[in-house]
Amino acid sequence: MATLQCEIVSAEASLFSGTITGLSVRGTIGELGIMPGHAPLLTGIKPGPVTLHLEDGGEEIFYASGGFLEVQPGFVTLLADTALRAEDLDEAAAEEARKEAEAAMQQQADTEYSLVAAMMAEAMAKQRTLEELKRRRR
Amino acid sequence: MAVGKEIKNKIGSVQNTQKITSAMQMVAASKMRRTQDRMQHGKPYSQRIRSVISHLANSNPEYKHAFMVAREVKRVGYIVVSSDRGLCGGLNVNLFRKVVRELAELDARGIEVDLGLIGNKAGPFFRSIGGNVIAVMADVGETPSIADLIGGIRVMLDAYSNGSIDQLYLASNEFENTMTQTPVVRQLLPLDPSDEEAYRHRWDYIYEPDAQQLIEGLLLRYLESQVYQAVIENGACEQAAKMIAMKNATENAEKLIDELRLIYNNARQAAITQEIAEIVSGAAAV
Repeated sequence: MATLQCEIVSAEASLFSGTITGLSVRGTIGELGIMPGHAPLLTGIKPGPVTLHLEDGGEEIFYASGGFLEVQPGFVTLLADTALRAEDLDEAAAEEARKEAEAAMQQQADTEYSLVAAMMAEAMAKQRTLEELKRRRR
Repeated sequence: MAVGKEIKNKIGSVQNTQKITSAMQMVAASKMRRTQDRMQHGKPYSQRIRSVISHLANSNPEYKHAFMVAREVKRVGYIVVSSDRGLCGGLNVNLFRKVVRELAELDARGIEVDLGLIGNKAGPFFRSIGGNVIAVMADVGETPSIADLIGGIRVMLDAYSNGSIDQLYLASNEFENTMTQTPVVRQLLPLDPSDEEAYRHRWDYIYEPDAQQLIEGLLLRYLESQVYQAVIENGACEQAAKMIAMKNATENAEKLIDELRLIYNNARQAAITQEIAEIVSGAAAV
């Protein structure tokens, strides 16, 4: 089976380095599925889950808060602003962050809307990643 | 006995100094471990983004950013990373010397230089040699954040964008191991294409959403991460150099104490001998 070399790095650490058969990620425009032999691609990514399809048929899920993705035919590099293994996400904290963002959004109109919206998007992306993780486990 | 009172005082003061230097050595050793960890953690990102950028520089993008186009060089910019504090051996001096040598070469070719300085130590030095300093980021501290550096980086990038400098270099210390730190000067702008054979043919990325926005964002992130990583690495170098410098100082103090003690004992013995001689000759005279 054709494979890809994959590297996931965040500003703080290298999270994954190895061989995969494909990955799916949310690009700035929409969902992306990268398979081996993909044409060179450079894109921004949105906060959300990054799913790696491993060689043994298993999957590994990461959470990325945004960043850049470079695709070359033989390898992909994901430069995340911050990234976590999905298992390390804290469900309660994500829920709380979302509620906080929601409250902030309703309260104020004058403080920076875009900032709050970004907070909100990030919190929701975390929750989506967790849902994905749960669904896979079942 | 009054003999050698001054020497005794001197020994005491050297011992006090030794206590201070050995304490500083231990502080530096523990800080070194932390700064090294931080450096190691940041390394993968800065290396990866550098390789992405070098691929990008090799491609033939539909949109050529100013950062990717080489111009005729009339004026260059240097970002020099120094430590905030001294007492770290030749760390800063070696780096400054390397930069000054390059400045002299450029000067001989009639190229002028603008400087962006990071850390407290670079400012006074480059001002004293009459460098044209356009940005200073002092007091970055032991845990620098990108936010502290962004302003100064911006000044240098704007200078490049509006054409007042045509090349940008980054000078900092590279951490090899605890004993060795090497000053290096790397070119940041315009981008350096990678030498890999596989990327020589004519090709381009697919860009999403669009090339200009994406490349601009990526380049900015790249430059920030390179400067940030250099500052972090320089921090690790500083602590390592400080530890070695303080270790040497402690050892030198030990040597000095030994020598002083020998002189003191000689003097004391001479005094005793003389006293005995006096008593004996006194007794003989009676």
